[in-house]
Amino acid sequence: MKMMTPQSEAELAEMIAGASGPLCIQGGGTRGLDVEGGVLSTRGLSGVELYEPGALTLVIKAGTPVAEVEALLAAENQRLAFEPMDCRGLLGTAGEPTIGGVIAVNVSGPRRIQTGAARDHLLGVRFVDGAGQAVKNGGRVMKNVTGYDLVKLMCGAHGTLGVLTEVSLKVLPQAEAMATVAVAGVGLSQAVAAMSAALGSPYDVTGAAYDPDSKTAFVRVEGFGASVNYRSGKLAAELADLGDTSITADGERLWQGIRDVSAFHGKDGDVWRISVKPSDAVILAPRLEAEALQFDWGGGLIWARVAEGTDLRARINVPGHATLVRARADTRSRLGVFQPQPGPLAAISEGLRRQFDPKGILNPGLMG
Amino acid sequence: MQMPSPNPAILARKQALAARLLKVLPPDAVIQDEMETRAYECDALTAYKCPPLLAVLPRTTQEVSDILRICHEEGVPVVPRGAGTSLAGGALPTADCVILGVARMNEVLETDYENRIIRVQTGRTNLSVSGAVEEEDFFYAPDPSSQLACAIAGNIAMNSGGAHCLKYGVTTNNLMGVTMVMMDGTVVEIGGAHLDAGGLDLLGVICGSEGQLGVVTEATLRILRKPEGARPVLIGYDSNEVAGACVSDIIKAGVLPVAIEFMDRPCIEACEAFAKAGYPMCEALLIIEVEGSDEEIAHQLGVITEIARSHSPVELREAGDADEAGRIWLGRKSAFGAMGQINDYMCLDGTIPVSSLPFVLRRIGEMSKEFGLDVANVFHAGDGNMHPLILFDANKPGDLETCEAFGAEILKLCVEAGGCLTGEHGVGIEKRDLMLHQYSAEDLEAQLKVKDVFDPKWLLNPAKVFPLSVTEGRRSMALAAE
Repeated sequence: MKMMTPQSEAELAEMIAGASGPLCIQGGGTRGLDVEGGVLSTRGLSGVELYEPGALTLVIKAGTPVAEVEALLAAENQRLAFEPMDCRGLLGTAGEPTIGGVIAVNVSGPRRIQTGAARDHLLGVRFVDGAGQAVKNGGRVMKNVTGYDLVKLMCGAHGTLGVLTEVSLKVLPQAEAMATVAVAGVGLSQAVAAMSAALGSPYDVTGAAYDPDSKTAFVRVEGFGASVNYRSGKLAAELADLGDTSITADGERLWQGIRDVSAFHGKDGDVWRISVKPSDAVILAPRLEAEALQFDWGGGLIWARVAEGTDLRARINVPGHATLVRARADTRSRLGVFQPQPGPLAAISEGLRRQFDPKGILNPGLMG
Repeated sequence: MQMPSPNPAILARKQALAARLLKVLPPDAVIQDEMETRAYECDALTAYKCPPLLAVLPRTTQEVSDILRICHEEGVPVVPRGAGTSLAGGALPTADCVILGVARMNEVLETDYENRIIRVQTGRTNLSVSGAVEEEDFFYAPDPSSQLACAIAGNIAMNSGGAHCLKYGVTTNNLMGVTMVMMDGTVVEIGGAHLDAGGLDLLGVICGSEGQLGVVTEATLRILRKPEGARPVLIGYDSNEVAGACVSDIIKAGVLPVAIEFMDRPCIEACEAFAKAGYPMCEALLIIEVEGSDEEIAHQLGVITEIARSHSPVELREAGDADEAGRIWLGRKSAFGAMGQINDYMCLDGTIPVSSLPFVLRRIGEMSKEFGLDVANVFHAGDGNMHPLILFDANKPGDLETCEAFGAEILKLCVEAGGCLTGEHGVGIEKRDLMLHQYSAEDLEAQLKVKDVFDPKWLLNPAKVFPLSVTEGRRSMALAAE
């Protein structure tokens, strides 16, 4: 079937209003979330609407490539602080990730523990719902409680409630300097203790990850040079009881690797992404019987690589949720990509989908 | 302010309803005496008052569930209430409603420093959440100016902000999970101590829904370690434009102060007369606060003052110690008290893009002359959240109406400038009828569809947030179904 690539919100609205069968909503198509149906791509909706560096705001069309957004911001020494993951290496996909895709999936990197998720930086949206109606919610200012926050609802809805056409984002200054404190020779429980101590310190930690292969925990601080030196020094001293600490100034590649889970690239097996209370990671990790693990968010985000077809959710005995990020289509349809919700929440979610997508055509079945 | 007329059938059933509620609640939890229900006749928007049919004061989630189930079966509207500090009339009753106050639910359920969370019952006050973790040097970041009195329940309902949200975000950015009771009595758990509750972001849409989607009885909140220190600098300019440009340049330079407060001349004068903080008499005053260790503070203030000096300030005063810091904040923190001493006032809270600041202040000045009422501006400049205070005399016939009309024009101006009607107070009844200036009918319809899912009978706080004309069909359909 031919891909639909509307060039305007009005054209997109017409296509959705006229659609009778399922639609696979796509930005750059790099996140491996394809559903059966005619592909509806937002890549024709591209370009900057407004960028005010002095107000930390960016309004941009949903199909704009993330690379363009990042280059635009970098020219003003600013960035998307929530550090969106590039999924291509992990999923073996090609194409250009779009900002709309990032927002639809609410994808956030290591800095999520300090600055919040994509949803915390989203100020406003325009979208077209499943009936073809264009809707605006939120705006371009940082504080806005005018009516219901559909901005958050759309972020992470994976296109099931509407197709994003434009997003307003809060952007933040790039850091002048960065340092990483490595705590080597630690097992998972010591690592979680070290990360917890770091995150509970006044030193404004912007990353806390653990690599079980090298038995090393990593703690990141960012900011002005002198301040980074001061805080990384303090952290290294305070964490010295827990393992061998060292400080490196250049951690760009390390944190990019953690963000993109590069340790799993090109390796076989299914990949799961599990969100739990950080201290529960210690209880949960041995139960997963994983081939490989990576820990981010102080232990609260676990990436697990397991044998194909494994139902990892059956092994999880702590509160949280697990997403099947990479697997064969039959496994995904058998286990479901997203954690099933308890009855009353599932009913609310289903009710919302029916309201916003009465024909049931927007990425049907993807979220339940 | 128009409110729906009370349903006579419900008024007639008062005794029967109270009797049913008393079967699930202890006697002291059901307030039915007309003198006593008066205590719930308004919130901090005191211009509007209406005693409720009954007030109920549950102590547990189970009691809240029982109350809502009964009211749902009886078709009685419920208005949830935290501490009653809403400035927008969010907790204003109708004569046929039950006020559900959560003030007695104020326990700390769990503190977990290792995972940096606290779980509380939502009747607990904002400041006492920080108080509960203070001994370990932690705090709860959102700090609305009513934080001594306001409850977490209301903070969640209104998605409250505060002076420090440029760095720490507002309630929605610090709320990790809730226990919520739906109108039919169903209890749901969303999120928790883990990040990003799975599935659709229901937490995100509940936060700020003004008590229209459910009653949140317990909340998991993110707590943070206190910074090592904080220090403000005070900068005075002889024009709003220059002060605005200074703020923009500071942000562009990559400094992210924890607060940037802006006061205009009328506000400076009133504060000075009231608090005698030693403020310079100028057109615009900035108070900028940064955090960190002493060295970090010194470095950030160095960057800020260098930029500030390049704009030729009339005054620049760095706090050398805690005492000087206290004096810099003294005037700002007494701004509302100062206004209250001069006159009655109405406090607005529209948000604008920071770049529109000079234009908006100029227009407000012009409109002040047109309406014949004085206005003073306090402003969270970092995030564009304005607080114009319109002074009026409640005893003078017509003054309140003029003030409201002036306020509405200011809020419309905020929307035209690219901003919004309310940054942190909420819509309530106050800004309900202005919603169509910010949103189209279709945009509002999308929001109403969300309420249809959570509260199909439109019984939870039904007369708020949206213009009555817009919700009439839904409210009367729910009524007809009874």
